[in-house]
Amino acid sequence: MTINPDLQGRTYPAAEVYDVGREKIREFARAVKATHPAHFDVEAAKALGHTDLVAPPTFAIIIAQRADAQLIEDPEAGIDFSRVVHADQRFTHHRPIFAGDQLVAELHVDSIRAMGGGAMITTRSEIFALGAGESREPVTTTTSSILVRGEGQ
Amino acid sequence: MSLSIHELSPGQEIGSRTVEVTRTDLVKYAGASGDFNPIHWNEAFATSVELPGVIAHGMFTMGSAVQLVTDWAGDPAAVVDFQTRFTKPVLVADTTGTTEPGATIEVSGIIGKLDAEANTARIDLTVVSAGQKVLMKAQAVVALS
Repeated sequence: MTINPDLQGRTYPAAEVYDVGREKIREFARAVKATHPAHFDVEAAKALGHTDLVAPPTFAIIIAQRADAQLIEDPEAGIDFSRVVHADQRFTHHRPIFAGDQLVAELHVDSIRAMGGGAMITTRSEIFALGAGESREPVTTTTSSILVRGEGQ
Repeated sequence: MSLSIHELSPGQEIGSRTVEVTRTDLVKYAGASGDFNPIHWNEAFATSVELPGVIAHGMFTMGSAVQLVTDWAGDPAAVVDFQTRFTKPVLVADTTGTTEPGATIEVSGIIGKLDAEANTARIDLTVVSAGQKVLMKAQAVVALS
């Protein structure tokens, strides 16, 4: 077991900006076999009172997993990605994600627990939309636990 | 969004949905999500890391299961919270060259709880593949009108 327990409490600040595109919302929606017109048709989304296409409820995983990659690829972390299994996931939406949003994620390593020969790592991404000037609007909080399986697990 | 809390009661069924999954679907999900872990598309790799075979992304299962809630709510923006634990992997057989799915996921949902103060309904999903519950505590909170 080589996972570095000192990573608990670490924060990775918001780095790259994720531009939410209409075609990406459509592609993701098709990939999870979603059919709701608000994912595909701008007029249908507007008829529901939205500004643009609405992302599916789990779309934020794209941004969250990009943020997680900072930890997984951190040589100090000692995580073997091929032995990672997703244990749990939560999305709390402060507002929906729309096409046209510019999103950033701040990653927090909330806990690291040894489990047998492996470890359970819980991370949280606070996802914000960039607004005018320096403003940031809270959009989604994602919480994710991954199990890094030890040998024989 | 036309669901009113006064017309709903705990235990009420919201419906069910069957999701058929092929290896191609997993490749599409990998591309759409950016999760290219080879355990979701490469049999030799999956078995080399002591998995029984290619397994679906947990996020594919979670993402496809919530469509039942989205359709019931009438607006995907109404799903304000969604969580689950991944308890069993969904093994997806290689059915290349046939019209058979590699796995089938059965999703059903009931109203678990109503919160009059927040004006929300918690939908509890049951998600089964190959006779086993693959998600546990799969709960979506829907904002009502």
